Amino acid sequence: MRFMMLMIPKGYETAKPGAMPTAEAVAAMMKYNESLHKAGVLLALDGLHPPSMGTRVTFAGGKAKVTDGPFAEAKEVLGGYWMIQVKSKEEAVEWAKRCPGDDCIVEVRQVQEMSDFPDDVKKAAAGFSELQSGKPGRGNA
Amino acid sequence: MDTHRTIEAVWRIESPRLIAGLTRMVRDVGVAEDLAQDALVAALEQWPQSGVPDNPGAWLMATAKRRAIDRFRRSARLERKLDEVGRELALKEMVVPDMVSALDDDLGDDLLRLMFTCCHPVLSTEARVALTLRLLGGLSTVEIARAFVVPEATIAQRIVRAKRTLSEAHVPFEVPRGDDLAIRLSSVLEVIYLIFNEGYSATSGDDWLRPELCEDALRLGRILAECVSQEPEVHGLVALMEIQASRSRARVGPSGEPILLMNQNRAQWDQLLIRRGLAALERVERLGASFGPYALQAAIAACHARALTPEDTEWQRMVALYDALAQLTPSPIIELNRAVAVAMAFGPQAGLDLVDSLVSEPSLKNYHLLPSVRGDFLSKLGRYAEARTEFETAAELTRNAREQNLLLERARLCAVLSVG
Repeated sequence: MRFMMLMIPKGYETAKPGAMPTAEAVAAMMKYNESLHKAGVLLALDGLHPPSMGTRVTFAGGKAKVTDGPFAEAKEVLGGYWMIQVKSKEEAVEWAKRCPGDDCIVEVRQVQEMSDFPDDVKKAAAGFSELQSGKPGRGNA
Repeated sequence: MDTHRTIEAVWRIESPRLIAGLTRMVRDVGVAEDLAQDALVAALEQWPQSGVPDNPGAWLMATAKRRAIDRFRRSARLERKLDEVGRELALKEMVVPDMVSALDDDLGDDLLRLMFTCCHPVLSTEARVALTLRLLGGLSTVEIARAFVVPEATIAQRIVRAKRTLSEAHVPFEVPRGDDLAIRLSSVLEVIYLIFNEGYSATSGDDWLRPELCEDALRLGRILAECVSQEPEVHGLVALMEIQASRSRARVGPSGEPILLMNQNRAQWDQLLIRRGLAALERVERLGASFGPYALQAAIAACHARALTPEDTEWQRMVALYDALAQLTPSPIIELNRAVAVAMAFGPQAGLDLVDSLVSEPSLKNYHLLPSVRGDFLSKLGRYAEARTEFETAAELTRNAREQNLLLERARLCAVLSVG
């Protein structure tokens, strides 16, 4: 099973453009990243710039509206993620508990597999893995 | 959340390091596992009430060490063996909490030592596989039995005997040095790849693919790659497993039937695993050594992984890689695979010529892929009647129900074509 551990750092919603964690915080996080890697469970990871450098495209009634960050109404924003491969949700949670978080939320979410869907959804999503792979599939070659 | 399931998860994460650390102290894998199990039982008794401790790994280690001291005290009282009293003293010192963090530095080494112990040549291959999954994969006896479709008692007995053999042979808990290292490492790699292959193309049972076993093997391989990062073949094996695992989704059809590589929907290949596989292969290249058997097989798998369509495959490069592999580890099975690549690069007749020279090979006499491949070449050459016989022979030889159906289907198709 694959899980995403979503890092939601407190205060990141108001962080200034270019805000970076301290070297100590990065060092602690690197130790954690390495423990995931050495345990053979880490598949991928990334960090995100703060929302003050981002842009939201909001849809209301089907119309797109573009707003540059920061977003005053946002309470919890993503700071990054880890993708891990583990045996159970409980194991994913155990790994999340080991994160050297100071003031943050780590949300654990399972990655959807095609086999999770009912048949009609599977059919509608038939080209999904083609999109993931970026390779020409049956429909869009 | 369910505490029992949480404890199970903690066990999966902590037990390899726990058992490895304990083995270093007590110098006996069997005793170390017993102590770890004692700690697990204590956790199962206490955690549902007290909650899971903040550092469950340290809790388990401290509990196991206390049990170790009790145990040695008891036996020291009985036997008054000086060396055991000495060990007791050594253990007492280790219970000092600061030692837990000091132990951390050694953990990679301990895990590596445990891998070498579990894959020691005094053990049969079957015993190595069972012990590795149990002690390093954190799998229960039931899980191992289910994965290999054998009775639980068989696996339990296999593990008990293996631990006894290691103890009686006084197998040292160490990382081998010098020339020994290469030989012993290849045994570890072999065990991991056996586990992977049992998951990737199960030799028995009704399911062709047991993805959990592949994931266990990959996890072990990734752990090993960080323990001995200077060994090119470890990265070669990881690359090979990552790339092969990337095809899991595409290898099985809707009703569980196997789909051959050339017929797979490549868009279903897992690009994340392919990227990881190619990255592992790059690590082999960066180490600058010539490619070993695993790296060569990974490079062959990478030829497929990089090709957008079967026609895009660099078949001639693949033939060259097979040539190198056949030189390094000559085997009729590699020759057979090489014939497949040759057929793709230079036509089915060239492949058939090679396969025909293998027909009299005694070691392939009962190998279903020989008639299966030969049947494939013959059918491509329009020789359907001969192809049909080959597919039927192959179907008789395979033990896997799914694969058998596929071969019989091809035989039927050839029967139709040979009449028309």
